[in-house]
Amino acid sequence: MHETGSVHMRTVNSAPKEKRKGRNETWKKICQNWELYIFIAPAFFYFLIFSYGPMYGIQIAFKNYIPSKGYFGSEWVGFDHFIRFFNSYYFWDLLWNTLSISLYELAIGFPIPIILALAFNEVKDGFFKRLVQTVTYAPHFISVVVMAGMIITFLSPSNGMIIHAIEGLGFSAPQFLTSPGWFKTMYVFSGVWQSAGWGTIIYLAALSGVDPGLHEAAIIDGASRFQRVRHINIPTLIPTMTILLILNMGGLLSVGFEKILLLQNSLNMSSSDVISTFVYRSGLVDAQYSFSTAVGLFNSIVNCILLITVNQIVRRTSENSLW
Amino acid sequence: MVSGIKLSKRDRIFLICTYTYVTIALLLVAYPILYIISASISDPKMVASGEMWLLPKGITFKGYEIVFQNSKIWTGYGNTILYTLLGTTINLVVTMPAAYALSRKDFVGRGFFMGMFMVTMFIGGGLVPTYMLVKGLGMVNTMWALVLPGAASIWNIIVSRTFFANSIPAELQDAAQIDGATNIRLFLRIVLPLSMPIIAVMALFYGVGHWNSYFGAMIYLNDDAKYPLQLVLRQILVLQEMQSQVGGIIDATAAAAQNNKAEIASLVKYGVIIVSTLPIIAVYPFLQRYFVQGVMIGSVKG
Repeated sequence: MHETGSVHMRTVNSAPKEKRKGRNETWKKICQNWELYIFIAPAFFYFLIFSYGPMYGIQIAFKNYIPSKGYFGSEWVGFDHFIRFFNSYYFWDLLWNTLSISLYELAIGFPIPIILALAFNEVKDGFFKRLVQTVTYAPHFISVVVMAGMIITFLSPSNGMIIHAIEGLGFSAPQFLTSPGWFKTMYVFSGVWQSAGWGTIIYLAALSGVDPGLHEAAIIDGASRFQRVRHINIPTLIPTMTILLILNMGGLLSVGFEKILLLQNSLNMSSSDVISTFVYRSGLVDAQYSFSTAVGLFNSIVNCILLITVNQIVRRTSENSLW
Repeated sequence: MVSGIKLSKRDRIFLICTYTYVTIALLLVAYPILYIISASISDPKMVASGEMWLLPKGITFKGYEIVFQNSKIWTGYGNTILYTLLGTTINLVVTMPAAYALSRKDFVGRGFFMGMFMVTMFIGGGLVPTYMLVKGLGMVNTMWALVLPGAASIWNIIVSRTFFANSIPAELQDAAQIDGATNIRLFLRIVLPLSMPIIAVMALFYGVGHWNSYFGAMIYLNDDAKYPLQLVLRQILVLQEMQSQVGGIIDATAAAAQNNKAEIASLVKYGVIIVSTLPIIAVYPFLQRYFVQGVMIGSVKG
């Protein structure tokens, strides 16, 4: 009704009478559905306070925030905090750690759910398939703390399960937990263990939408199972893959901060310190509010730019972009 | 798919490879889980030496005894249940009505609200401004700091809105309005009863999130008695263990004295992992359908 009203307004633009009529209808609808504004109110205030509120607080990134002086009383310092961050000796280390962990995770963690989903799709429906899916989805529900606890326990040099296995094969086991060289691998592979199974769901949903007629036609043409996967199933997944890839690229600088924080220790710090853990440490542990906010802001701006750029590139080359 | 056709040789090889791959994936995921279950009821000496590798050996329930005697774990459990129930209730009260309103085509301003909510997906205030806001509202060291800052997720609102838009027929609403039912009545009496699947999915998504979260509690709570389970676990599973490994080698006599204690400690660790994860893992197979449904509704574009 609203639609027709506004179309009407546009076509008979000059007639004020018609305009009033359209406005009246909108008003009528607002009055008729006034309760819907009560429905939306909690969410509206929630986002206003807890999402837009902190956005207002971003200003302290450009100020020298002193709690006793408040937001207004603190003096403006422009880009001082950003410059200090870019010039600090740890800037490149932080950036490199963050990027390398993200890209490593993307390289390993992105294809595995796809291959797994393609394989699940070939398995005949029945007990085995249900078992495999139930078991591989389960780790998704394990909390970060328990996950970190499992990693630490399994890799514990004195009696860890994985250490026993490596030594049982006749190799000497490295100090996984305390050596910087192993941190990223440990982080990425534990992540794959935890989320590869769950990650298949979205691909399986896409695969369930494949027109069976395509497969039947391919069978009649003498296509093997592998050829059908290669030429029917994989192309089906490409739109989903593209969207997830864009979203992943947009989060390139936001790594699994909660897990990293738990697995970090003084000995592996040189490869485990990422921008978000640094923001936490400088902001909430060392109370450098303004500086930490500036670093956090830098992080989200880079993420935003990456998301938009990647989306733009994808939009030029295919029709599967986010917007 | 098309049965009755005999498998060609290359298809058989392909299927064998696929099943092998899937089986390996199954074993890789299942083994650590089975190991933890077995280790939690095995003699810690056999676990430490590597003798116990799959089935429990030297069965003992001592680990669980210690876990259940630990008052910190009990308080943590109680707190987590409270935060999860309260948090999930708030989540649903915020998410469901908002999602329903946004699903209504005759809701003037839904574009504005949707836009306002969506922006938060990409832009946020960041850690410190959020912390200062929570502090400014006087919520530090109260449970409100854990349940209010995450009162709704835009993702879940979109998923619920999609559900409402696709599964509640518009005729129902017209009919109810002709009968003179108000929107509130319509929502409570007709829409909600028809939306049990999505309510279940949302309650599960939010509930698991609350159950498993530790970071909010870590930064906002400073009173041990208010710690949720995950924060207690962090002390037992992460902090103590990291300390002992970074701390380096203790001398031999001290090590011998510590040995017994360390064995008990490791037994407790396995027990505590099971006890804390059990509620979710136990209900999960029954609710798996709903979780999967939730992800699928979310993946439908629009």
